[in-house]
Amino acid sequence: MGIETEYGIAVPGRPNINSMLASSQVVNAYANSALAGRQDRARWDYDEEQPLRDARGYDMSRAEADPSQLTDEDMGMANLILTNGARLYVDHAHPEYSTPEVTNPLDAMLWDKAGEHIMAEAARLAAQAPGGQPLQLYKNNTDNKGASYGCHENYLMDRQTPFIDIVSGMTPFFISRQIITGSGRVGVGQDGSESGFQLTQRADFFEVEVGLETTIKRPIINTRDEPHADPELYRRLHVIVGDANLSQTATYLKMGITSLTLSALEAGQLDASLMPHNPVAELHAVSRDSALTHRITTRDGRKLTALEMQWEFHEAATKHVAQQLGSDTDWQTQDVLDRWADVLDRLKRDPMSLASELDWVAKRALLDGYRKRDAADWDSPRLQLVDLQYSDIRPDKGLAYKLEERGRLQTLVSPEQIRAAVVEPPTDTRAWFRGKCIQQFGESVAAASWDSVIFDIPGRNALQRVPTLDPLRGTQQNIGDLMARADSAAGLVDELKGG
Amino acid sequence: MPTHERPQPNKSKQSDAESEDATALPQSQDSDSKEALDADVDAILDEIDDVLEENAEEFVRGFVQKGGQ
Repeated sequence: MGIETEYGIAVPGRPNINSMLASSQVVNAYANSALAGRQDRARWDYDEEQPLRDARGYDMSRAEADPSQLTDEDMGMANLILTNGARLYVDHAHPEYSTPEVTNPLDAMLWDKAGEHIMAEAARLAAQAPGGQPLQLYKNNTDNKGASYGCHENYLMDRQTPFIDIVSGMTPFFISRQIITGSGRVGVGQDGSESGFQLTQRADFFEVEVGLETTIKRPIINTRDEPHADPELYRRLHVIVGDANLSQTATYLKMGITSLTLSALEAGQLDASLMPHNPVAELHAVSRDSALTHRITTRDGRKLTALEMQWEFHEAATKHVAQQLGSDTDWQTQDVLDRWADVLDRLKRDPMSLASELDWVAKRALLDGYRKRDAADWDSPRLQLVDLQYSDIRPDKGLAYKLEERGRLQTLVSPEQIRAAVVEPPTDTRAWFRGKCIQQFGESVAAASWDSVIFDIPGRNALQRVPTLDPLRGTQQNIGDLMARADSAAGLVDELKGG
Repeated sequence: MPTHERPQPNKSKQSDAESEDATALPQSQDSDSKEALDADVDAILDEIDDVLEENAEEFVRGFVQKGGQ
């Protein structure tokens, strides 16, 4: 699994900056950071990318695609592969960070937090560079003027699970999980022109149930089918409907409950019975319901709250884990199930008791404080600023970080762990190989991607491509000894070919 | 990753570290009394007043993004 996040980018007082250029400055500045390691700007290898491959079984032609969908055309955009196995690049008009591939939700959260640290450092360096401007980055999903940018989750799935089952099983899950995963938003409607508070940043930007697009007519279930792994065995579920989270608990739970629900689906524990009659309208309605009392109407006429739906998914996941793992259940899976139940239980009794765990509640508590103290209404620019600055990733300015400092927003990992994840890859996926290649032989890496590392070795005519199609090979356990032995890129490539 | 197997080699290797890890994650707890919470919120607001950007209206109006994914 993994998380990709587009950050909002702004220069105060200059709303008309060239955001593509500014985003490039951010990414390029990080190349000069000591944290990036020594590297010769490895290119992204697009050979295996198929952004127009649809999970429903056909390809969109390039001619009918919107230009924003052609993400495999390298437009000379800034792109870095980091020593932690992550990718830092420019996507459309935003700097974007993709975590390395990880095997569990706690690691997903840890390397996602490392991304905040990396982005903050990159923006700081970009501002200091000659001709630099005071760039500020925000881990949110809308400017409240009609634009939205995403935080996408990726989950590797069994290819055998029929796509239609994913649609009917997961749509009600994504609609109801907003009560846990929302980051909170002041403003209703795509341009935020209606006043009020809602649970999520993203809901209002979703207009269809299923589709390939991510930039226009956004779908609740995205069908992009680029597994970045053996396509016979796997598909990748590309989840575009979530918010970017600042709360560590929210990110951890988002990844944990979604992967458990997908596992239950793969095992046949989910059916289509919770599918709403009108998914897009329900997505919006749940997001606008801070009281958590709205009832979602299913296709067969039942009326359930988002909380009740989440309990049904919790039950299916619990049953699945008991059957699949039983007494072998690992601590983290159990922890996700326990926290999920605890959060649902307290959301029912007193949602505000989650102010130290969930982003939308933490933000709502702050906003309610201002509404009470200053008699501010939802149209107040101050409330809108609190909403925006909650996601500011400068350590001394971000309100989420201020809450963490005061112990009002719970953390699950230490600052030391996050600093380590800025430079070190996870040990148990192919990201370890990618990260170590950049760490040890960065000058010799000509290009890399999720499923390859390409070396340019002095004295050899052809580039040497090392495929990494299996996400669980290239781990420290697999090749730790080999990487420790290798004293040059040439030696490493020879040994990999020989072995 | 076949998610239903949820492999976690770095955590499941040593069972001792495993249980420590499990307890290492802070557990959620019911919040303090309502009054204590309110007092704390006031203190937080004062602190946040100090870091909030100047001129909220202009700042929020100037935050304009191009579309994304």
